[in-house]
Amino acid sequence: MTAQKIVVVGNGMVGNHYVEQLLASGLDARITVIGGETRPAYDRVHLSEVFSGKNPEDLALCTRDQYKNAGVDLQLGDPVVRIDREGKAVITNSGRSFPYDKLVLATGSYPFVPPIAGNDLPGCMTYRTIDDLGEIRAMARKSKTGVVVGGGLLGLECANALKNLGLDAHVVEFAPGLMGVQLDEGGSRMLRRKIEALDVKVHTSKATQKITKGEKARLKMSFADGSDLETDMIVFSAGIRPYDQLARESGLEVGPRGGIVIDYHCKTSDSDIFAIGECALFGGMIYGLVAPGYRMAEAALSQLTADKVPFKGADMSTKLKLLGVDVGSIGDSHGKTQGSMAYVFSDERQETYKKIVVSSDGSKLLGSVLVGDCADYDTLLQYYLNGIDLPENPESMILPSVAGGAPALGAAALPATATICSCYNVSKGGIIEAIDGGCCSAAEVKAETGASSGCGGCAALLKNVVDSELEARGVSVDKSICEHFAFTRQELFHICKVEKIQSFDALLQGHGKGRGCDICKPAVASILASLWNNYILEQDHVGLQDTNDHYLANMQKNGTYSVVPRVAGGEITPDKLIVLGEVAKKYNLYTKITGGQRIDLFGARVDQLPGIWADLVAAGFETGHAYGKALRTVKSCVGSTWCRYGVQDSVGMAIYIENRYKGLRSPHKLKSAVSGCTRECAEAQSKDFGVIATENGWNLYLCGNGGMKPRHADLFATDLDDETLIRYIDRFLMFYVRTADRLQRTSVWLENLEGGIDYLREVVIEDKLGICAELEAQMDSVVGTYQCEWKTTIESEDKLKRFRQFVNAPDAQDENVVFVQERGQIRPANDDERAEIIARSA
Amino acid sequence: MSTATKFENQVVCTMDDLIAQSGVCVYWQGHQIAVFYLPKETPKIYAIGNHDPIGKANVLSRGIVGDIKGRLVVASPLYKQHFDLVTGECLEDASVSVPVYSVALAGDKVVIDF
Ligand code: SRM
Ligand SMILES: Cc1cc2nc3c(=O)[nH]c(=O)nc-3n(C[C@H](O)[C@H](O)[C@H](O)COP(=O)(O)OP(=O)(O)OC[C@H]3O[C@@H](n4cnc5c(N)ncnc54)[C@H](O)[C@@H]3O)c2cc1C
Ligand code: SF4
Ligand code: FES
Repeated sequence: MTAQKIVVVGNGMVGNHYVEQLLASGLDARITVIGGETRPAYDRVHLSEVFSGKNPEDLALCTRDQYKNAGVDLQLGDPVVRIDREGKAVITNSGRSFPYDKLVLATGSYPFVPPIAGNDLPGCMTYRTIDDLGEIRAMARKSKTGVVVGGGLLGLECANALKNLGLDAHVVEFAPGLMGVQLDEGGSRMLRRKIEALDVKVHTSKATQKITKGEKARLKMSFADGSDLETDMIVFSAGIRPYDQLARESGLEVGPRGGIVIDYHCKTSDSDIFAIGECALFGGMIYGLVAPGYRMAEAALSQLTADKVPFKGADMSTKLKLLGVDVGSIGDSHGKTQGSMAYVFSDERQETYKKIVVSSDGSKLLGSVLVGDCADYDTLLQYYLNGIDLPENPESMILPSVAGGAPALGAAALPATATICSCYNVSKGGIIEAIDGGCCSAAEVKAETGASSGCGGCAALLKNVVDSELEARGVSVDKSICEHFAFTRQELFHICKVEKIQSFDALLQGHGKGRGCDICKPAVASILASLWNNYILEQDHVGLQDTNDHYLANMQKNGTYSVVPRVAGGEITPDKLIVLGEVAKKYNLYTKITGGQRIDLFGARVDQLPGIWADLVAAGFETGHAYGKALRTVKSCVGSTWCRYGVQDSVGMAIYIENRYKGLRSPHKLKSAVSGCTRECAEAQSKDFGVIATENGWNLYLCGNGGMKPRHADLFATDLDDETLIRYIDRFLMFYVRTADRLQRTSVWLENLEGGIDYLREVVIEDKLGICAELEAQMDSVVGTYQCEWKTTIESEDKLKRFRQFVNAPDAQDENVVFVQERGQIRPANDDERAEIIARSA
Repeated sequence: MSTATKFENQVVCTMDDLIAQSGVCVYWQGHQIAVFYLPKETPKIYAIGNHDPIGKANVLSRGIVGDIKGRLVVASPLYKQHFDLVTGECLEDASVSVPVYSVALAGDKVVIDF
């Protein structure tokens, strides 16, 4: 038998998936792919990332060469215009004809442009292809305002793109709410509120009647209610329409509102023609998401092989980030099921909205809406997809953790059929199979099954499943800190503590191999400091320190250092401010107010550091540990002393806290803040530990983070008196110091702590592990042995010897360090400037 | 490294100037040389150029020393690439290296052969 000729029309996401699967199946076929766009298939889902910096090339799903090497005949930029069903061939725009035995239509869809007069004026556009992106970008350069018509998922994404392009962005929606398909009214309202806060203007219940030339801007939109809006450009995103003309014209059955009708096998009304993806209509529905399209591709392909998998519809639950806002929708989000009941939790201060829809007997989850916080999405989706019995009080699934918290669904509890990755249709069973086949890490399972290589939304869950599965088999996951120690930081801490180890060499001899490196040395130095709190420049420790700790200052890009004296709580006297100014002038340093409420002096040479610090220490300053993995700043707001709203002395408390924990070495840096009332001017909820005053005392928030991956701190305990507050912080910090990984901030540590914040409460408040007395004693010992490292250093002749730029030439200069003036201060010269200055002085 | 003019053995500093398990910098006629003193190794003393070609600053003497798969290295304090103390090669980027100097102890004097 000769190989059958398979022709695929459309080289989009689904068409490409079909070809990939076809090649993988080993079926004997001659494959021709005809694509209307000039590029091979690319990732449409992540299209808008091009506006935030991605290259269009990064979106490619395949290349011409890959197809060629696999023997696929790829024709691009010449769309099919006709199907000759009798002659079994397709004919392209340029008149070429390609014969087929089996034809697969994967033509996708196009944006619907409502029939409004003026919708074709210059400045009106759509958003679906890479070419569209180019046009939008070009138009945006000539525009100030941009309107998106359509407040659905794609419309909001497009509004974000316009905002990223620097436009004043508007969304005009015909319906009364945003994302009406996925969200209920409450969710939609919360979403609107959050989006408006981001300065995107939302206009709902607006029917556009005509578009004309504008007066102040390029275009003017007139609405049915008599109002109008001027804008420079309009992007239509009012839904999609399937590309079904080919099918329609060749007499295949299409739906009343478009879409090529297919059956369980993805066959059209002609049994040699399949349709898959967004052009196909199954059970009266177009599936506008990529995962269902992939399932169709697999079902269609299986008809040509032995296994014949049917397509039975697909789950349309989605989780996404729109304009930075988390939105999730699961199953029957509108609660349309007979007898269903809903639980709603709406928090207008935190701006989150959560709803679950449960069956009439309360035992099963039917749907959910999440806006502003999707942390529960994965768990809820698993309950929904797998019909897992809900806990007795279903509301606990969405109530915030103060009131008990959602029962986390351990990976072990999921049935083997549970879908873990919906993009690649990988179930828990598939993952177990991969592990049976020899995979030993999430990365290997990913490579083997494809799981988590699509949208990436399942990465955390995948890792959980893999880890729990490996653990269940007694496989220990390699968490060695580096090649010199086969231990985690936590284990090393324990060893040092139990064996009372005081030096790196002793630890290496007893428990490691080789000589150590820049990973384990600073980590061990930090452990020894947390445990014994010895002076870090002692002979045994000095070689372990990162340059910043070694020179007690922060290295800058040109090899000079910055100096940050401690300004506890941000409170500073005029006299001390003057000293900082005088020192900066004396050594010609650049000065800047930091983001941590203190003053940084930049551009000091190694040999200048002791002199600078002699002056600073004489004026009563102490080191600020800006260089160490240690307590940094405790920010404060002005509090009840001055502020008319303050209810406690936040400055006093911040200074107390900063002085208590200064010098504490930890796995990563620690930051804190104290606010004098709920207005939260000190931003305490973004800190490792934050304190907010109440009428009755203090609320303590833990494990917040600014920085790269911001995390709101969790409310840990309320209305504490001073003493209890400090006791809890003591215990919390020491518990973190003992158990965290190297360079793990408290936020990530908590997210990895089994049992989460509830467990932390049990340890810190209820003393479940019986270690609180020990944690407090250890903290007392660190507090009691505090010394200002700079004061100790400048008092020792021997230590000062290290602060020589060149040990043999006290007067020589580093020619590489060259400054220029900018805004009245020095800054490092860039390469060109430096070359020029050096040439001039030569 | 061979572009430098050939000098005789040059005393650059004394043992007393060195820091065990760590580096210092010496200056000689415009050259900045990072000298590392590792008392437990043979030889005990190593010298490479102080300029970090990746971070583009004179800082290598201020890095942490150790070994990676048995090779003695210093990690640049700027962006943490490792330089082999014996060959000058950068472990992360084979196309980058730093000069290596022949260095020895004569009594308590540190001598570099330029
Ligand atoms: C000086 C300062 C910027 C400024 O001019 O304002 C600064 C400067 C640096 N930050 Fe920062 N950060 C400064 C406030 C912040 C803040 C704001 C705050 O503390 O309120 C944040 C976000 C809050 C947070 O940490 O959660 C911040 C988040 C980071 C991060 C990201 C941490 C994270 O967990 O995602 C890094 C990278 C790291 O530590 O790994 C970083 C790292 C750095 C380094 C150490 C980068 C480096 O290796 O050179 C910079 C040291 C420069 C120097 O020599 O002083 N800096 N940095 C601020 C010093 C505050 C102080 O008085 O000590
Ligand atoms: C901005 C944006 C964001 C999205 N975000 C998500 C998301 O987060 N999650 C999600 O699941 N989905 C998302 N989608 C939807 C997803 O991209 C589609 O479901 C998916 O691309 C459908 O794949 P397809 O192959 O059916 O169609 P397409 O990817 O559109 O491919 C069809 C191809 O066929 C070509 N073609 C059409 N007619 C012919 C012809 N006659 N001859 C030759 N070629 C022809 C077209 O030019 C096109 O290249 C998003 C879509 C957009 C536009
Ligand atoms: S934000 Fe980046 S550039 Fe700015 S100080 Fe922090 S680390 Fe340096
Ligand atoms: S769910 Fe999208 S990659 Fe797994």
